Amino acid sequence: MRQIAIYGKGGIGKSTTTQNTVAALAEAGYKCMIVGCDPKADATRLILHKKAQATVMDMARERGSVEELEIEEVLLEGFHKIKCAESGGPEPGVGCAGRGVITAINFLEENGAYTEDLDFVFYDVLGDVVCGGFAMPIREGKAKEIYIVTSGEMMAMYAANNIARGILKYAQSGGVRLGGLICNSRKVDREYELISALAERLGTQMIHFIPRDNQVQRAELRRMTVLEYSPEHPQADEYRALAKKMAENTNLVIPTPLSMDELEQLLMEFGILEGEEVEA
Amino acid sequence: MSGLIEKTQKMIDEVLEAYPERTKKFRSKHVKPNDPTGECGSACMVKSNVKSRPGVMTIRGCAYAGSKGVVWGPVKDVVHLSHGPVGCGQYSWWSRRNYYNGITGIDSFGTMHITSDFQERDIVFGGDKRLEKLCREIRELFPLAKGISIQSECPIGLIGDDIEAVAKKMTKELGIPVVPVRCEGFRGVSQSLGHHIANDSIRDHILGRGELDRSTPYDVALIGDYNIGGDAWATRRILEEMGLRVIAHWTGDGTIKELSITQKAKLNLIHCYRSMNYICRHMEETYGIPWVEYNFFGPTKIYQSIRKIASYFDDRIKENAEKLIEKYKPMMDRVIEQYRPRLEGKTVMLYVGGLRPRHIIGAYEDLGMEVIATGYEFGHNDDYKRTYPELKEGALIYDDATPYELEEFTKRLRPDLVGSGIKEKYAYHKLGVPFRQMHSWDYSGPYHGFDGFPVFARDMDMTVNNPTWKLIRRKKFI
Repeated sequence: MRQIAIYGKGGIGKSTTTQNTVAALAEAGYKCMIVGCDPKADATRLILHKKAQATVMDMARERGSVEELEIEEVLLEGFHKIKCAESGGPEPGVGCAGRGVITAINFLEENGAYTEDLDFVFYDVLGDVVCGGFAMPIREGKAKEIYIVTSGEMMAMYAANNIARGILKYAQSGGVRLGGLICNSRKVDREYELISALAERLGTQMIHFIPRDNQVQRAELRRMTVLEYSPEHPQADEYRALAKKMAENTNLVIPTPLSMDELEQLLMEFGILEGEEVEA
Repeated sequence: MSGLIEKTQKMIDEVLEAYPERTKKFRSKHVKPNDPTGECGSACMVKSNVKSRPGVMTIRGCAYAGSKGVVWGPVKDVVHLSHGPVGCGQYSWWSRRNYYNGITGIDSFGTMHITSDFQERDIVFGGDKRLEKLCREIRELFPLAKGISIQSECPIGLIGDDIEAVAKKMTKELGIPVVPVRCEGFRGVSQSLGHHIANDSIRDHILGRGELDRSTPYDVALIGDYNIGGDAWATRRILEEMGLRVIAHWTGDGTIKELSITQKAKLNLIHCYRSMNYICRHMEETYGIPWVEYNFFGPTKIYQSIRKIASYFDDRIKENAEKLIEKYKPMMDRVIEQYRPRLEGKTVMLYVGGLRPRHIIGAYEDLGMEVIATGYEFGHNDDYKRTYPELKEGALIYDDATPYELEEFTKRLRPDLVGSGIKEKYAYHKLGVPFRQMHSWDYSGPYHGFDGFPVFARDMDMTVNNPTWKLIRRKKFI
């Protein structure tokens, strides 16, 4: 069983990318599970075709505690028998979402969600690594492989570099490694080169460049992955390609995060067009 | 450096020698020989109020202990809510013997234990809704409660619950003050910060909001007496016999009404300086109320204090003070006559909280006993400055002492009596050293005032001269 955690800046497309990629893996015959680690609980809607599934923490709140839950109530099956669970958590601004993630993952572990036959477990984790709770998926005995979803936009790259710093911490204390950057294109100038260069500086690879395509949006509106909604569409092949690369990836590294100066330098190199520089 | 100071310093060095280098350096700043004159300078200045070193097994408490256990806890007509997981409330369930008049569960709540009993889901989803519900339940269950204090435990601060907003809403809805106290245990280095936080919360939510129907020139407030074993009552009797009117108890046997009208006092009388100097300074700055420190342990200090307090008032009070001393002196002399011969020359080692390490020295001296070592769990510089002149040259002073140090110093100083807390008590029993618990008066009291001294003298005698000690096989050191 390979456990993989997906991190990245909020809104960068982690959940969409994860679900489409897992759908491609499932299509290829792998047995997969997705664990959503975000109080928004939107990590499984494209697989389950539901607005939001019953989350572990919501159910626990309703019943009083997690001990009152049955695993079947919160572990559902969707497209190609992909298993789905959501940690859930509080409304923005109250409580401790990080603790919710810890509680939920512990519950899933203790109640046998991690069955022998699973090939892949994916953790789709909220935005940045904000506290210990959101690092739960990469602690000892959990995901050893991390992929960071980013784009060529400055803040997405900042976030990617920050996440790499978090990984570095856990790489030293545990066995977690960075598997690569996934570029979810925003059509930024020289995006491919920029993210390739960032990946290189982080000591990793840009494992795949996903071009921007409105087909993703169309499928999402129907609560489906591209692979389910339009399996013949070229965008589906992009996710198949990413899935294949991930399944075959052996390039797992301890990242070498950049300093803020270095990162800004990199952006200057790629981000500013020659013409603009002259004008300035 | 005088010979006595040098001798003590040598003993300190010997004891601290067992520590690793850094710990030794750190602890050496907190353990000093006493220099009552101040001539010895920084070599005799005790460092205090800094974080304890890991591994030394400090006996300090936390901010929650300082707020809930000390300052707020004795306010009797308020329901004190331990907000958070159950442990903090359970283990702080009426443990300081703050006596009060009233009917528990009806109009007084000091010995009750009320907690929001946080569960995992409260941590994850936040506990503000639960807190609201609890406040409403408290109002319903205890309609005579005059207020609610929310004593915040660590997790509340960690998850960022907005207890201030809940308190504001509930104050309005329930018609009684609901006071949020941000005394999370991880704040500060000891219970001391909790005292300060609790003082501030009373200042911000209670003080100055009440009306006193009738004022007299003799209105005083009793600050920093927690009525352990009835201490505040013994104190109040003296003040009333002097012709003063005590309008507020902070906080032993105190009520929220009293806290709310204290700004009407003409003089604030402060016993426990460490835990309540903050509110006195505030009332001085805001309302121009002077404050005076006094000490009601042992006749010498009582007489001094009565005269000091009387000096703030007119001749009538001054005359009353003299009459009062005249009236009680024979009784005090009889106590001394009875016990002094049995206690003369006995030595005492103390290690208590924030006031008693210096305040009870006089009471021992009245009995012919000598305090040869003392120290504070959570004192600050101003406490130590007040301590140096009370002790003889070369006496030992330790700040935030460790069990190892206390044991080693005991072996070397061989005191006839040790006064400290529950955590030290049984270690000393095992050592075969006479011991009194000086936080709770060992289930006795009062020790304050004219009522207290005979009890104090009797307790010290029955401990020091208890034949039981002879039956306990002492380690050869002692």
